[in-house]
Amino acid sequence: MNGRRLWAIVIKELRQLRRDRITLAMVVVVPVIQLVLFGYAINLNLRGLDAGIVDQANTAGSRALVMDMLATDVISATQKADSPQQLMAMIRRGRISIGIVVPPDFERRRIDGRPVAQVLVDGSDTTVQNAAAQLAQTPLDSALPDTRAPATSTPPLGRISVVSFYNPQRVSAINIVPGLIGVILTMTMVLFTAIAIVRERERGNMELLIATPLTSTELMVGKVLPYIVIGLLQTTVILALGIWLFDVPIRGSVLDVYLATGLLILANLSLGLLISTRAQSQFQAMQMTFFVFLPSILLSGFMFPFAGMPRPAQWFAEILPLTHFLRLIRGVMLRGASLGEMRADVLALVAFVAVMMTAAILRFHKRLD
Amino acid sequence: MNIDSDTVVIRAHGLTRRFGELVAVDRVDLQVPARRVYGFLGPNGSGKSTTIRMLCGLLTPSAGEIEVLGLRIPAEAEALRRHIGYMTQRFSLFEDLTVRENLEFLAAVQGVPKAKTKARIGELLGQYHFGDRQKQLAGTLSGGQKQRLALAGAVIHEPELLFLDEPTSAVDPESRRDFWEKLFELADAGTTLLVSTHLMDEAERCHRLAILNLGVLVADGTPAELTGRLQGRTFIVEAADPRRAQRLIVDVPGVLSVAQVGNNLRVLTAERGDAAESAAGIGQRIDEVLAHAGQTAQTTATPANLEDVFVAATRNDAKHAVQAA
Ligand SMILES: Nc1ncnc2c1ncn2[C@@H]1O[C@H](COP(=O)(O)OP(=O)(O)OP(=O)(O)O)[C@@H](O)[C@H]1O
Ligand SMILES: [Mg+2]
Repeated sequence: MNGRRLWAIVIKELRQLRRDRITLAMVVVVPVIQLVLFGYAINLNLRGLDAGIVDQANTAGSRALVMDMLATDVISATQKADSPQQLMAMIRRGRISIGIVVPPDFERRRIDGRPVAQVLVDGSDTTVQNAAAQLAQTPLDSALPDTRAPATSTPPLGRISVVSFYNPQRVSAINIVPGLIGVILTMTMVLFTAIAIVRERERGNMELLIATPLTSTELMVGKVLPYIVIGLLQTTVILALGIWLFDVPIRGSVLDVYLATGLLILANLSLGLLISTRAQSQFQAMQMTFFVFLPSILLSGFMFPFAGMPRPAQWFAEILPLTHFLRLIRGVMLRGASLGEMRADVLALVAFVAVMMTAAILRFHKRLD
Repeated sequence: MNIDSDTVVIRAHGLTRRFGELVAVDRVDLQVPARRVYGFLGPNGSGKSTTIRMLCGLLTPSAGEIEVLGLRIPAEAEALRRHIGYMTQRFSLFEDLTVRENLEFLAAVQGVPKAKTKARIGELLGQYHFGDRQKQLAGTLSGGQKQRLALAGAVIHEPELLFLDEPTSAVDPESRRDFWEKLFELADAGTTLLVSTHLMDEAERCHRLAILNLGVLVADGTPAELTGRLQGRTFIVEAADPRRAQRLIVDVPGVLSVAQVGNNLRVLTAERGDAAESAAGIGQRIDEVLAHAGQTAQTTATPANLEDVFVAATRNDAKHAVQAA
């Protein structure tokens, strides 16, 4: 590999990119739009959700709790019900989104420190679920100071239990944002390089390039390098927005986040290159990209819990870079794990990059036939 | 490499390329001498580009042997790349880079020494008249300017051998003269040039040329040799009613083609007529036929040009072809 020729390709790509307004816009606008759409769709602070309330205790304490919940304006009591069963039927029929049940032994539970009330949620709508989570944090002691439990500044979590139907995973913005980094990078990075070589073939540049001393490796690596920078830029945009808008935590090291992301970027770029050596036109390249993108979204564990998928789907998902990335990034950002603790997934990504890159270089011939 | 003018730089033997059923290049034998402008003349689809691509090692021949600058192609194509420049038929520089950026890229890729790059690009910008356009995007250049830039790019590393595939297709006649001046300058400086074209006036300027038709090499030699072979076979017919005269002449045995040029007809005959009479004999027959039909006309012999060579080489069978020029 000749450093000067490689650098010439990198500079050329960057110069072309700088003049390509649409691609440039894609680099910034796509992550922003996706993040805001996905993030807010899930994290909307809803007001006035239709709710049904069953207060079976009917004590001063339980009435105070119900009043506090209503005072948040998140729910408005629109339906009357007498039993939890009746509430569930209402949820099923879509009459209400949230049901609140205060059991007859409310006072006992309060003394024992067990959950004092149940919030039933229509989990098929994630926004409602978030609202319920918010409700569940209603401080129990605000209205009626309890001498046994000294008032603390932190609300007593878990004292009201939330039962979520239809979406037991309870996906939230915090869960979504790390995954979204992966999804956005899968979408944009594969496409960038998938188009890169086909476009030069379509525009006729390729016939010029292959008649020069440039080697396949220089050409391939030179096309990947600039986009790694672009990918890391995108990552930074998503992370910054995620932290700013949704308070997404980075519990592990930031370096690990970027390392894991860098691996995913490389994996996607090399996959794109391989597509590019196959595709006959830019349109075909896009089709093939989409063909990879869809299973990535559906099977990687981004949309549906990985554990719940049938075995063959799981095996297939193990091939997808996004699957491994999701494990890594969730581990690092949400559980504070380090990459060293998740070596298997790191190795899987490294292997993927090596195989794809080699295949792309071998498949690319400096020939027209 | 020390190449004098009678060294052969390109040697091809039985060169063939098939695309499925189609034989695009059919058993072509070629010898291109060094330091010369060698022309490739042929109509659309005759296999010029395909042959050039095989000679540069970009396409694998279906059959035949190639040796370029002493290297066996396609086996040693990679070694050949540093010694050749290739200007593709279609503009293949980057339209979204400026004139200067394109040249900078090619200089780096072609291995022009770093210290010399700046001076070399400056030199080319001057020689090829891009001094005031170096910041213009290549995509916004006119067709002729693009071809000039492509030539500048192809010679940036001063290759020994240049392949130019229809380099002047978008150049106006005025600038074409200028363009060809450059080609001869390059040949004088020691470069061998292989130039494809379908323009007769360009072919006439070449030191030597090969004529391709339907993938077959139908004639080759210097322009003088080629036209000399048609000695006595071309006539000008001045007729009062050229259209009618044309219809009459086409049916004369031994006439290969009749083309109208203004008010005159240009007639090309076969070497021998059906009754084995000479070309001059066929000329007399034309006079007789016209006189018999009551046409006032005058037939005179005229020296052959390359167009006649081309027609003779490609229209052996098309006796009844009527060509309006
Ligand atoms: N990749 C290909 N696949 C199939 N057929 C091809 C291919 N390339 C060329 N051909 C065919 O081979 C023949 C010769 O093509 P070529 O491009 O060499 O002609 P040319 O002499 O350069 O013509 P032009 O003056 O139009 O450029 C044509 O009939 C063309 O259709
Ligand atoms: Mg051609």
